[in-house]
Amino acid sequence: MIAQILAVVIFLAMFILIITEVFERHIVTLGCALLSLVLVFGLGLHSMDAVIRTLNVQSIFTPGFWYTAGQAGEASAGINWETIIFIAGMMIMVEGMARVGFFRWLCMRIAGLVHYQVIPIFITFMVLSFGLAMFIDSITVILFLAAVTIELSQLLKFQPIPMILAEIFCANLGGSATMCGDPPNIIIGTSLGFSFADFITNTGLIALISLVAVVIYFYVVFKKELLKGAVTERDPSAYPDPREAITSRKGFAASTVIFLCAVVLLVTHAQTGLTVSFIGVLIGAVTLLAAGKDAVTLLKRVDYKTLLFFIGLFVVVGSLEETGILNVLAGVIGTISGGDVRLMIAIIIWLSAIASAFIDNIPFAATMIPVISNLSAAQGVDLSILAWTLALGTDIGGSATPIGASANVVGIATAAKEGHMIRWGKYCRYMAPATVIVVVISMVMIYVRYL
Amino acid sequence: MEQVIISIGREFGSAGHEIAQKLSEHYGLPMYDHNLLDEIAGKKGLDSQTLREYDEVKRNRLLNRTVRGMDSSPARNLALMQFDFLREKAESGESFVVVGRCSETVLKSYQGLISIFVTGDMDKKVARIMELYHKTQKEAEDFIREKDRRRRQYHNSYCEFKWGDSRNYDLCINSSCLGPEETMHVLIQYIDARRRVQKQK
Repeated sequence: MIAQILAVVIFLAMFILIITEVFERHIVTLGCALLSLVLVFGLGLHSMDAVIRTLNVQSIFTPGFWYTAGQAGEASAGINWETIIFIAGMMIMVEGMARVGFFRWLCMRIAGLVHYQVIPIFITFMVLSFGLAMFIDSITVILFLAAVTIELSQLLKFQPIPMILAEIFCANLGGSATMCGDPPNIIIGTSLGFSFADFITNTGLIALISLVAVVIYFYVVFKKELLKGAVTERDPSAYPDPREAITSRKGFAASTVIFLCAVVLLVTHAQTGLTVSFIGVLIGAVTLLAAGKDAVTLLKRVDYKTLLFFIGLFVVVGSLEETGILNVLAGVIGTISGGDVRLMIAIIIWLSAIASAFIDNIPFAATMIPVISNLSAAQGVDLSILAWTLALGTDIGGSATPIGASANVVGIATAAKEGHMIRWGKYCRYMAPATVIVVVISMVMIYVRYL
Repeated sequence: MEQVIISIGREFGSAGHEIAQKLSEHYGLPMYDHNLLDEIAGKKGLDSQTLREYDEVKRNRLLNRTVRGMDSSPARNLALMQFDFLREKAESGESFVVVGRCSETVLKSYQGLISIFVTGDMDKKVARIMELYHKTQKEAEDFIREKDRRRRQYHNSYCEFKWGDSRNYDLCINSSCLGPEETMHVLIQYIDARRRVQKQK
């Protein structure tokens, strides 16, 4: 009982400290992880086994961590090292791509292909945002897309805020389509043993249909504002040359090849048996080799704070799991739904979406994974249905408010640096309805397809 | 002419702004206060009225988030934009008078900086605000407390030293003792003395 109380208190304190940003979030999760190890596992449970299970270091040294011989991966508890290693590898690859100007080139190339027409740029950038975010973290996608959008808005004299908002939404939506698109999906996939193909054929399909709906929605609500003051007569000589974005031709070619290889390896990993941790290490290592003397710079630019944040978070969630708190939560959801799968899905998707709109969706998803596992076992519901529901709820819900997802913050900050202030009111007026539309589409599609 | 940057922090109702205005006229220097937003807006082709909403406002911790050093708070982004603008001006060698905007901290590294904080007695501040804004005594008191609370929160969220802490300024002066006009003359004597010392260096 003491262990349970301590685990809940530490978990709540962690959440409050993350929200209030009193300390950097990696310091918060690592500090709370240390407290969990000492107070919950040591003082409360007196269990060294629970500590070892939660730290989960031994999993890295098992063959199954790197190669699953065509079998589905095993479900694991505690620190999800597969997620951490994969994200680290992807960070190195993305830094390598950014360094040679890949993203800026791609944005400018697409703007050029649609002849710098505002509405076609608006639509293609939404699709680009969705497509890139399927494989690359949404922070990087928005960092480049928003910067290019502002540059183009100054050139073509259109309002950049509507376009940035639409890009943010599509980046978060694109992230929900694949296993590697958004951290909650990576955690769900690696924790419950789902593959890239499982995600793309389930959440991917729903996200694609939702994309069509949101492109129409944003076109309708933003068309007028977007074109306010836009120039009609243009001077093509003032258009930027996409090639100027490339800082190293050799590096650009290498980065493009590495990115395409990463996509192929991820899409086929269920067939090849290579785990995402193997793919992460491979693409990270190849990027460093290709970067030559710039490898050290790339390593320095890796966001270690996020990786440490994950490690701390997994330990804190592990303490909730070991003390049985999450079983209780699963029991509550099971009781409320009375065994009705439809109600269970509705609760999970709306709870995830609403929670993710206000709090970080990564700790939320990490906490909910053991909950849906228990719920599936206790109520006899197919775990994959609950997993897709959780993934869609957490990924999409984050779009509703300015603080719901990292991409939102980056997009808003990029715009603000150029004086384009996006208030809560303005943001939510357009993004909250879009979020509701997509959550409803997702829920209906889950009902129709799986029940 | 050696660079001189006169930074004036002030309590609401202390006539700090009026004193800054007179100092800028006396020395023939440009003065930056909220008009700084007009310059920023003009440069970026924006509407300065939109920016004014976030001027000298504290970042709301619960409604904003930071990701990899990027912040969603318009108030914080605007503050940083103004700090950069002030640094650019200082870096270019320009001499100027600046009111508020954490300038005593932001420009601390510049040799020509003279930082002053103007305070005042509550009864004098209330009388001044009652006259300027046509308010009752109670309204004026509340207005002053609210304005000072906002300025304190704004300042303290960006600076190590607290707003009005004498250790953070070269000179703190109570304008109620001598009145705005005489206070300005005392400040001119101080500023001239500082400039002489700076020249001798």
